[in-house]
Amino acid sequence: MSTLTSHTAQANDSIGDRGLMARLHQWTVTVDHKRLGIMYVGSGLLFFVIAGIQATLMRLQLIAPVNDFLTPDTFNRLFTMHGTTMVFLVGMPVLLGFGNYLVPLMIGARDMAFPRLNAFGFWLFIFGGLLLYYSYIGSAGLYGAGSTPDAGWFMYAPLTSRTFSRGNATDYWILGIMVSGFGSMTTAVNLVATIFSMRCPGMTLMRMPLLVWMMIVVAVLILAVMPVLTAAQVMLLFDRSMGAHFFDPQHDGSALLWQHLFWFFGHPEVYILILPAFGFISEIVPVFSRKVIFGYPLMVAATVAICFISLGVWAHHMFVAGLSPFLNALFAASTFLISVPTGIKIFNWLGTMWGGRIRFDVPMLFATGFLSLFIFGGLTGIMLAVVPFDWQLSDSYFVVGHFHYVLIGGTLFGIFGAIFYWFPKAFGKKLDERLGKWTFWIFLIGFTLTFFPMHISGMLGMPRRIYTYQPDRGWELWNLISTIGVPLQILGVLILVWNILRTLVRGKPCGDDPWDAWTLEWATSSPPPEWNFHEIPVCTSRRPLWDLKHPDDPDEHYE
Amino acid sequence: MSSAAIRQGAGGAGAPGGAGALGGAGARGGAITPGGAARDAAWRPSRGRLGMACLIFSESAFFCAFIVAYLFYAGRDRSGPTPWQVLELPPVIVNSVALLSSSVTIVFALAALRRGSVNLFRGWMLATILLGAYFLYGTGAEWAGLLRDHQLTIATNLFGTTFYSLVGFHAFHVTVGLLLLSLTLVLSLLGHVHPQRDHGRIDLLSWYWHFVDVVWIFVFTTVYVVGRQPPGGGS
Repeated sequence: MSTLTSHTAQANDSIGDRGLMARLHQWTVTVDHKRLGIMYVGSGLLFFVIAGIQATLMRLQLIAPVNDFLTPDTFNRLFTMHGTTMVFLVGMPVLLGFGNYLVPLMIGARDMAFPRLNAFGFWLFIFGGLLLYYSYIGSAGLYGAGSTPDAGWFMYAPLTSRTFSRGNATDYWILGIMVSGFGSMTTAVNLVATIFSMRCPGMTLMRMPLLVWMMIVVAVLILAVMPVLTAAQVMLLFDRSMGAHFFDPQHDGSALLWQHLFWFFGHPEVYILILPAFGFISEIVPVFSRKVIFGYPLMVAATVAICFISLGVWAHHMFVAGLSPFLNALFAASTFLISVPTGIKIFNWLGTMWGGRIRFDVPMLFATGFLSLFIFGGLTGIMLAVVPFDWQLSDSYFVVGHFHYVLIGGTLFGIFGAIFYWFPKAFGKKLDERLGKWTFWIFLIGFTLTFFPMHISGMLGMPRRIYTYQPDRGWELWNLISTIGVPLQILGVLILVWNILRTLVRGKPCGDDPWDAWTLEWATSSPPPEWNFHEIPVCTSRRPLWDLKHPDDPDEHYE
Repeated sequence: MSSAAIRQGAGGAGAPGGAGALGGAGARGGAITPGGAARDAAWRPSRGRLGMACLIFSESAFFCAFIVAYLFYAGRDRSGPTPWQVLELPPVIVNSVALLSSSVTIVFALAALRRGSVNLFRGWMLATILLGAYFLYGTGAEWAGLLRDHQLTIATNLFGTTFYSLVGFHAFHVTVGLLLLSLTLVLSLLGHVHPQRDHGRIDLLSWYWHFVDVVWIFVFTTVYVVGRQPPGGGS
């Protein structure tokens, strides 16, 4: 867009060349939603590298039967820290970071509703993450036992009781996740307040970009379920530190209550992790198909429906715990039900692509990758909602394969697409397309090699979380292939990291609107000035920038 | 209607610069029909109220978990003391009346502030704080009795576990509320509370205080009505 002259120079001015310490100080004390967003995503990616190393170690252990590369205890700690890190310290901050960066820009606001609360939430998240990882150093405590939590990321009782989890590892898990959870809650409060009260003139609810809709549903879900996790963690803390009996079966307490409380949080949590990715795809697919999103009102309705239904499906994680047949049927039915709005979204994205002039730039590659992999993961999810099938395969590698298809093939592909799509927004430079395509294809192949065979080893009976296995089970080949995929995934991520660093240092300015997009965040300069918009924009349709570029044919005639 | 503003922004000034390309409500406000702007402004709620509503929503979820745990374990103990044996209603009812009255006094305080009579406001705030403090004292007395006379601690049985955590978290929220109310009163005595400017903020504080009261109604029902069934008649 030639009318959108660049303000890059001006924005860079505020960072300036004032020495490392001055810059560091500026970033530390900032309350700017854009800087906080970048720091969220950046620190999330750091934790992603740590969790990736943990996963690599586990896959190396499982490459061959009766391997003694890791001890059983180390293996337990690795899968616990990997899962906890990926969910709470990678998924949440990266997705909330994108929300932080994009929501005010997309609704034409100058910042979040509570900028200081926003910064507070970010630092809480960092502190929580450090607290969890401090367990590597400090968790031995007075007892001299234990290092890092080792009961799995959902920390089932009674494994977390004083008896079975000595030392302070579990307490670090409780406090670290609780603190970073407070951070997520403050961000959720901020998102709701921002989206409802800070929209620019003309930005009605039904004109908001779909990502903003997804973020509001995510915020509401966080506010509804995160406190329940906090409450369960407080109960566990009371059990461990004051001798309370919430989850203590020896004093009539119930291990099942932990499962109910945890999964009442845990299942909506996976929607918290996937909905922002749905939002990324909903922004990327129309721009690269050169069409408006198909069925916008239905997409909004489906999102809100997911919000409500996701609060009533948690016990499908507990079919093997021996609930009553009535409850099993109920939760199986609600799980089938939630696949309907999700399916609606898939068809709407396909409908958007149908007949469009599709450009396969890297963001669009990741979006199409997301579509195929997420459909696959979604379908195995529906299979697991069938109670007898779940009884057979619960806690097997089939489940591991299923949720990695959803969370890596879904969420992470969405995040990669979003990084490529909005990188020019945040830094004024486009990531290298050729390197991006290498990342996509190498990572896709590595991903498939690693996670597809898990479905087969799972159906052959391999339980999750075992540190090794006997050679006569027929699992060797599938585990070998799974491990072979890992270096490819690492290579893909390394190319991405190289791409980001290289572009930051050597990339050329690409203008304010390199994708010829339509939503408000591209209406300001790239990177935007600290105040986002010199003048608060006004919009009359869902694609204000299209209206600006095509005054002869504005969208309002059709909406 | 306001598409005119955008087109004016694009065509009128030629290249008005990236950040302002879409025109503005402020500078180009005349281009938007007044009706549109007014209708738009009308349904954007205040961010403070939204924030407080979100806080109350998530706090409710937090208390729900403890109430669910209380009901989940009610009557499951195989060893005493049980709620029927040790919980006494009369002092708790007096307590509850004090706490619920404080919701009324804070309404009077805000009404006084709205009218601009700062002294009356201070008086009603003081009443609110005293009533809340009496409630806290009552809870403390009840706990002291349970600990001293019945040796009921959080580790004694499931009743102790669920009772102290549910009632304790409520008392903790009352304490936080009391601190905030006292802070407000002190600021007001120092002359820092201005009726026009601060009415909205103190109104938000009163939302929190009302929330604490409503939670107490649920806690009371759970602990002293549903959970205190006589032997044989209970769950």
